[in-house]
Amino acid sequence: MSATEQRGMLDLLGGFVGQLREAGLPVSLTENLDAMEAVRHIPIEDREAFKYALAASLIKNQAHWRTFETIFEVYFSLRGPEYALDRDGEATEGDLDELWREMQDASQSGDGRGGAGSLDALTPEEIAHLLMQSLMQGDQALMRALARQAVQRFAGMEPGRPVGGTYYLYRTLRNLDLDGMLDKMMEAAAQQSVAPSTTLEQRLEREEFEHRIAEFKAEVEAEIRRRLVADRGAEAMAKTLRKPLPEDVEFMHASRDEMQSLRKALQPLTRKLAARLARKRKHQRRGPLDFRSTVRHSLSYGGVPAEPKFKFPRPAKPELMVVADISGSVAAFARFTLMLVYAISGQFSKVRSFVFIDGIDEVTDYFKSTEDITEAIHRVNTEADVVWVDGHSDYGHAFEVFWERYGKDVGPKTTVLLLGDARNNYHASQAWVVKEMAGVARHVYWLNPEPRSYWNTGDSIVGEYGRHTDGVYECRNLRQLESFVEKLA
Amino acid sequence: MAGSVGLMASEQVQRFESVQMVRDGLRDLDYLADDGIAGVAYLADRLGKPVLVEGPAGTGKTQLAKSIAELTGARLVRLQCYEGLDESKALFEWNYKKQLLRIQADRGSDSWTELHDDIFSDEFLLTRPLLEAITADDPVVLLIDEVDRVEVETEALLLEILSDYQVSIPELGTIEAKQIPLVFLTSNNTRELSEALKRRCLYLHVDYPSMEREREIVLAKVPDITENLADQIARVVRSIRSMDLKKAPSVSETLDWARTLMLLNIETIDEEIAKETLHILLKYQTDIAKAAKELSVDE
Repeated sequence: MSATEQRGMLDLLGGFVGQLREAGLPVSLTENLDAMEAVRHIPIEDREAFKYALAASLIKNQAHWRTFETIFEVYFSLRGPEYALDRDGEATEGDLDELWREMQDASQSGDGRGGAGSLDALTPEEIAHLLMQSLMQGDQALMRALARQAVQRFAGMEPGRPVGGTYYLYRTLRNLDLDGMLDKMMEAAAQQSVAPSTTLEQRLEREEFEHRIAEFKAEVEAEIRRRLVADRGAEAMAKTLRKPLPEDVEFMHASRDEMQSLRKALQPLTRKLAARLARKRKHQRRGPLDFRSTVRHSLSYGGVPAEPKFKFPRPAKPELMVVADISGSVAAFARFTLMLVYAISGQFSKVRSFVFIDGIDEVTDYFKSTEDITEAIHRVNTEADVVWVDGHSDYGHAFEVFWERYGKDVGPKTTVLLLGDARNNYHASQAWVVKEMAGVARHVYWLNPEPRSYWNTGDSIVGEYGRHTDGVYECRNLRQLESFVEKLA
Repeated sequence: MAGSVGLMASEQVQRFESVQMVRDGLRDLDYLADDGIAGVAYLADRLGKPVLVEGPAGTGKTQLAKSIAELTGARLVRLQCYEGLDESKALFEWNYKKQLLRIQADRGSDSWTELHDDIFSDEFLLTRPLLEAITADDPVVLLIDEVDRVEVETEALLLEILSDYQVSIPELGTIEAKQIPLVFLTSNNTRELSEALKRRCLYLHVDYPSMEREREIVLAKVPDITENLADQIARVVRSIRSMDLKKAPSVSETLDWARTLMLLNIETIDEEIAKETLHILLKYQTDIAKAAKELSVDE
């Protein structure tokens, strides 16, 4: 590598690390230096190896991998030979044609579409047909070519148009109808096989197809990204495509994909949290002085109490009552909090949970009867009796009923968690319930999934309730939720 | 030993020529590495840095260190971590009994200073894995297994050896490495490791293998298995992993399952067989029930 080349490489890497840092990934100076050392040993042309080399030195947490990968793809998308785009941003036609011809030679299908010289000449129906075939055979090269073709044809991308990548993705996929594709593929596979397949075989086949369709989607996404980068430049793109880390995703606005990554992030998190809490409990060594033991041990020093002995500490585990609003807007937040609380329920002496919309119901038993938290949550959502009049949040009524029915169980050992955005639809607040509760319980906390700036705007009356509690906490994402729970136990 | 001078990193013999060589070498030893694994192993050699391998249990993290040791013809020095591990178990310890004997053996003859220098010398030093790894004359691979089990405070023990390949002993001075060993740390991710430790390491996440790789692992590790059966096994395992289970089947459990099916002389897997042998793949009763239900009911 020549000196100028090396300079260029270092500049490139410096910019990349800057992007990573801006996305919230902690990259230290030593790690940056390691990466610079690493790229001297791995050629940039070997893209996969290059990516892993950078990841190994820059990323030290698996949860950050996806963010890293996205930024990598954007930042280095124009710098690998196989992803070259020519000047007007179109995929090089020569490659496609060649690929297409190869494909025809290989398949020798001769079912009428042999005459078409290039993918460009195909009708949308033929494209769909071709796509289905390539998906069924798992033909990677053709899938990639088709992804390019589909984006070129359906996405309707125009230079300089200020729309995000998701819009183009949506347009492309709508034209391809991938959901219908799966059923068609299953049908076709069933026709082709000689013997009727068992349910197990069907399941496996369906999964294989789903896997390939997902691959194809990823390919389309990557293609759109490449074109956008060509249009707008890597730096600008990295900013718009940046995805928040799982622990920073907001509960209230998470997409379906983000929900899944959240759910995945939750499990290791609870494990870590439980281990940390157990350790914390154990490490608080010193209990009160154990007088008997001290005197007994003083005998070996001739009656001088030289070595004070302490009682083994038995910190009381808090008793927890979770009262959660599960109406549409905050349902996801309630779900995650319940999952987290039950995953570490060993840290509490007792956990009881209640859910409400405008009526309230106890759901503790759902969690007791099964070990599977997800199933319990599902039952909470489907079976709990939470609607009283119209199914719009009514905190006042819910609290009133809670106090009437379960108020006697709240005692000086109980910590009560109230979850919700306190958007009361202008019903009566009945804040006196919270006040009385706070008088009896050890602590009352309110967790609000809304950003602090939205509190007490519109029909939100969190201030009215919050006044009587020991604290109102903003819990917009997993990170905030985690730090609150750690404080609690 | 005191004051022995270690080789500089630049003089270090390079063990691997290319990433491809690592991959092929590991393949010959029946360890199927993907791009990431081979690349990171190669880098670790070139940069002289330890590798932190993280991932779910049973995905071949420890095996990676063993295979690399075998590939480079090095001896494997292993430190198994556990809660309560301390300096005297990980680094070195003075052989108190021998020191005591030495003092008693020539009582009154030596002067105090001579005796003092004498009992704090190599002869009375018991080397533990970490010290052993850096003072060894033959090539070694150091494996620090399940590093997430030690307390955060104990991690600090490792820092000096990981960044500078040296150990400081108050009575003897600093012992530097005669050669820079390849170091692998494994973690099951039960807790977040400290930043200081992570910063000193290259990071490698070993996840469950892709279906194609798993099939090849089964083919490589289970003798006489047909390709058809290996393919089916990999597919069923992928299907089970996609379910929402407490503990997804690991690679070692996949291999156990494959061997069991071989013993039972099974050519093709159908639902009945899958359900009857599920307990080899899954270890929780709730998981088994759930998987059995999902496998038989098509959604």
